[in-house]
Amino acid sequence: MVISRRARLSLRATALLYLLLLLVMPVVVVFFKTFEHGFGVAWGWMTTPAAVSALTLSLLMALVAVPLNTIFGVVCALVIVRRRGRLAAVLDSLIDLPFLVSPVIVGLALTLVYGIHGWFGTWFADHGVQIIFAPAGMVLATVFVSLPFVVREVAPVLFEVGDEQEQAAATLGATTWQTFWRITLPSIRWGVIYGVILSTARALGEIGAVLVVSSLVAGSTLTLPLLVYQRADQPGADAVTGAYAAATELAVISLVVLLAMTAFRARRPDPR
Amino acid sequence: MQRARTAPRSTVRPGGLALGLSTLYLSVIVLLPLAAVAVKAVTQSPASFWQSVTNPTSIKALVITLVASLLTAVIGAVTGTLVAWVLVRDQFPGRRFINALIDLPFALPTVVAGLTLLALYGPDSPFGVHLAFTRAIVLVALLFITLPFVVRSVQPVLLELDREVEEAAASLGASNGVIFRRIILPALLPAILSGAALAFARAVGEIGSLVLIVGKVQIASIVIFADIESDAPQAAASLSLVLIVVSLIVLVLIRRLGGRVGH
Repeated sequence: MVISRRARLSLRATALLYLLLLLVMPVVVVFFKTFEHGFGVAWGWMTTPAAVSALTLSLLMALVAVPLNTIFGVVCALVIVRRRGRLAAVLDSLIDLPFLVSPVIVGLALTLVYGIHGWFGTWFADHGVQIIFAPAGMVLATVFVSLPFVVREVAPVLFEVGDEQEQAAATLGATTWQTFWRITLPSIRWGVIYGVILSTARALGEIGAVLVVSSLVAGSTLTLPLLVYQRADQPGADAVTGAYAAATELAVISLVVLLAMTAFRARRPDPR
Repeated sequence: MQRARTAPRSTVRPGGLALGLSTLYLSVIVLLPLAAVAVKAVTQSPASFWQSVTNPTSIKALVITLVASLLTAVIGAVTGTLVAWVLVRDQFPGRRFINALIDLPFALPTVVAGLTLLALYGPDSPFGVHLAFTRAIVLVALLFITLPFVVRSVQPVLLELDREVEEAAASLGASNGVIFRRIILPALLPAILSGAALAFARAVGEIGSLVLIVGKVQIASIVIFADIESDAPQAAASLSLVLIVVSLIVLVLIRRLGGRVGH
């Protein structure tokens, strides 16, 4: 379909204007608002003890959740693609649940299991372990919401590469472990990396589920997104600048993530 | 009886242990907590469940949430298709940059998106547009966070579309409008619909980008959050169950359309 130059230009202008208003403006605003009162003020807000510990806690959450979900993701993708049993099919259809369930419901669900009146809450409380309103619950929430990414990126790649090379390796006398490390893993590596990037972004940015199970205490249960929320919710223009400073930290992280996504999108075989 | 097989036995085929561990992990992390919500919702008298779901606050929240999500899906379907079209069929400097930018809402923490909307359309709006704490800003936030779904689902289909069919139609005298409606749109429709369904599902449960900007607009996830905060887990669980059922229906629809959840 050949469209006139004028129609083409107006379609382009409409699309770009829409993206400018919806995507670009917000990011520009974060940076502008952060450095409105000077770099020193912004830096001050980024280096308060609360802000430093929030960044540390956020990174820690991702550091626990992402490796767990990566190992699970690779194993589960192998199960779904290579086994084809009834249970594997059930697994395949349930994997997406964390994408579909509202983060608030995730928080509620964890409270109902591990909270003080929850199924196992009393048992944990008797053993001196607090999960809800403590970092442990926040880790569980983060693992929940970032669970499907690696599976969903790896499974289609695994399907596409097939197992001919593995069969060749096996014929040449390789053990299953050797085949996995030298053939399977290298051939799915871009899918794994892409999945890891997506789960990291989600783990660092999660707020809904974590909000429900956090006590919002600076220094112990305040992640960077929660700090943004807390500071923005406080009255007074000062705290709002603090919120923008924390938001800028998150925005910088997400721009790095975006760069990584763009770099790896080209290498990853398109699963669609 | 074991049949003779020619396929070598040691390709990487996970055994029962891998299957068992995967199932166990998913059960502990995801299924057990969700089961707790379902159990909480159904272990009350039917009257109490009905009351939790049909009281004026809940009904209003459900209606606002579903209408806002539906509007998001419809507007997102149109704008997403337009953006995908421009990215695939148009050539202009900076196209690759714009293409990379599309994923921004997946990379940017949702609370940051909410904060920026507050700055743009809140009380100190530089344009003098005050949308904060209204339904309009809920829609803007939802359009922001769901933008990539339709674009990323339509783009690959549009790339692979056979342009010779369009040329043939044009040579037979079909106008651009006819070509778009009869040839291009039918080919794109499954991708548009599955992208829009994903956007809808995401919008229904969204809270992160909204928590700072909804004010008194009661959307379902905010009502659930308020119920949890005021120690009314049964009411929260009841409304949650309704939302989960809505999400499951959407999931089935997406599967029917052959789409992938996530992206």
